[in-house]
Amino acid sequence: MTDGARQEILARIRRANSAATPVPIRSHPIPARARGSVDELRDRFIAMAREVSATVEHVASPDEVPRAIGSFLDAEGLARTITLAPDSTLRSISWAPEVEAGDDPIVSSSAVAVTPAFAGIAETGTLLVHSGARNPNRLHFLPETHIAVLPAAAIVGGYEDAWTRLGEQFETLPRSVTLITGPSRSSDIERKLQIGVHGPCRLHIVLYDGKEP
Amino acid sequence: MKPTSHQFVEHAAAAQHDASLQAALGRLNRDARASRLHVRERLPEFGALSDAAVEIKTHSLARLDHYLEEFERNVSALGGTVHWCRDGEEACEAVLEICRARGATAVAKGKSMVSEEIALNDHLARHGVDAIETDLGEYILQLRGETPSHIVMPAIHLTQDGIADTFRDHHDTLDSKRPLGEARELTDEARRTLRGAFLGAEIGITGANFLIAETGTAVIVTNEGNGDLVQSLPPVHVVVTGIEKVIPTAADAFTLLRILARSATGQEFSSYTTFATGPRRAGDADGPEEFHVVLLDNGRAELLAGEFREALRCIRCGACQSVCPVYRSVGGHAYGWVYGGPIGAVLTPALIGHDQTRDLPEASSFCGACEEVCPVRIPLPALLRRWRERSHRSGLSPARSRAALAVWGWLARRPVLYRLAMRCAIGALGAMAGRRGRFRWLPLAGGWTDARDLPAPEGGTFMDRWRAT
Repeated sequence: MTDGARQEILARIRRANSAATPVPIRSHPIPARARGSVDELRDRFIAMAREVSATVEHVASPDEVPRAIGSFLDAEGLARTITLAPDSTLRSISWAPEVEAGDDPIVSSSAVAVTPAFAGIAETGTLLVHSGARNPNRLHFLPETHIAVLPAAAIVGGYEDAWTRLGEQFETLPRSVTLITGPSRSSDIERKLQIGVHGPCRLHIVLYDGKEP
Repeated sequence: MKPTSHQFVEHAAAAQHDASLQAALGRLNRDARASRLHVRERLPEFGALSDAAVEIKTHSLARLDHYLEEFERNVSALGGTVHWCRDGEEACEAVLEICRARGATAVAKGKSMVSEEIALNDHLARHGVDAIETDLGEYILQLRGETPSHIVMPAIHLTQDGIADTFRDHHDTLDSKRPLGEARELTDEARRTLRGAFLGAEIGITGANFLIAETGTAVIVTNEGNGDLVQSLPPVHVVVTGIEKVIPTAADAFTLLRILARSATGQEFSSYTTFATGPRRAGDADGPEEFHVVLLDNGRAELLAGEFREALRCIRCGACQSVCPVYRSVGGHAYGWVYGGPIGAVLTPALIGHDQTRDLPEASSFCGACEEVCPVRIPLPALLRRWRERSHRSGLSPARSRAALAVWGWLARRPVLYRLAMRCAIGALGAMAGRRGRFRWLPLAGGWTDARDLPAPEGGTFMDRWRAT
């Protein structure tokens, strides 16, 4: 194994490719639906996210986020208790008295996690989240309910646009970057769609306008 | 797994009389095709994306050594390790070594066809390491001791009632009064049971849909979220994948991702697409301390050298299986190894040997549905035909079909004689069939007439009719 195997595999590949002429990659087509005005992209993001069973609420300012989350939890019949990611923007919002925000590491699967999302991608109603010091990755996948808080200004057209923004902010790619499109699902049993398998059963997106608090 | 491809004919015949399997396969037709067409129509650029995808894969394969080395450099720079493995045995051993180094005996696995190919779970089990499959379909199959029958819908051959029985047989803590009659109840039961596997695993193993050379990243695409739990919670993340998965950049990945889910499940995009790059960073709130990539050759470099090179473009969407009339009537298990359907019939002879798999490339009517649906435009019927030619040349095909072909070939090269023979044969068959115009039985045609009547030829030969117009 290891070095002998490495050399041998590379040698096999080079032998196999000795007659191959490399073709260039000429283009990466970007679908038209990944383009549009700010309003068009926001509307498309919301419509596409709803299509994949996410719920979306749009509020006028970050200060309105706790109230929006509180009424979402009521409507779902859930307690007004959340696990809040240690993100500085989210932590600067006053959550009381609307919801009780804690930061217990999630083990119980009935938990509600509130995390920031780095970007929203209009093309397919997709969120981009990443790991980091203030972004425990488990909060995106372990709880039964995931609430992602996203500034409307972070909505872009296509995956590439979100990737470019990520590159502007991080010199090295975060360890884990996930494109989340709707809640967890499976059709493994008789092709019947089930929402909520191992990941979250609910994905709620709260969009806010205005400057960060 | 131990291949049974040499028994394809027997297994295919049995599958057609298996009522439960036939009902399960019927579901493949129900809506899969409609949703795939629908999402394609909604994306007018699908064809252009397919063209670009072909270029990306063709380019990457032509410079495979370069991109693999670049990938390895970038994984190492972030503190990860790449393990090069010539065959399944070496790959299994590499994974076992990683487990042993941590004294680990509990492994949680995401879906990986390559790990099926190398029978990783069996190898680990023989050495005291317990690997639990966490993809819902794969988990059910593991309990039943079965293998996946479709690349993206592994348990498509099973019914809900059968799955309920499996859970009742294997879940010790399951209350016998708890209802399991609905897919929802079965899903909740699996969610409940597998929580512990995620939280208790010492090693997480996933496959990879793509490897990105530029950043040393492994990309996985899932719907359930199990792959993310497997690569986030345990202290070690091991990626097990084939050398052909590497592509140059993230931009290439996005092009391929735009066609993958649409072809595989008819979704616009899968629920979770995760880019994993190295072990956890200083200050990260969570994530694995170790990151390993096990790169498997296992016959792939040899495929690259030969006339089946284009099959390495495959992105494992399973669309060719879902549309194949043969696959849809015999299911994936009949093919006798990991990959069924048209792509399986091309790959299997190359990966485990042609002599015991020669029936697989014969299992096609060359209807072309697979090539039409393939998002990376693999000419599957042409590749199947190449295996048939090899069968013929190397004497693997049965003497009777070789003799028949020799007679036909001799005749076809003598047009005057050929037309005369056809005219006689058509006239005779037409007269024999009489007014019914069909045969219930005909010598040498039992393969056809056992299941349905054979229509008799009507009127003259094609050439006669052509002249008459």
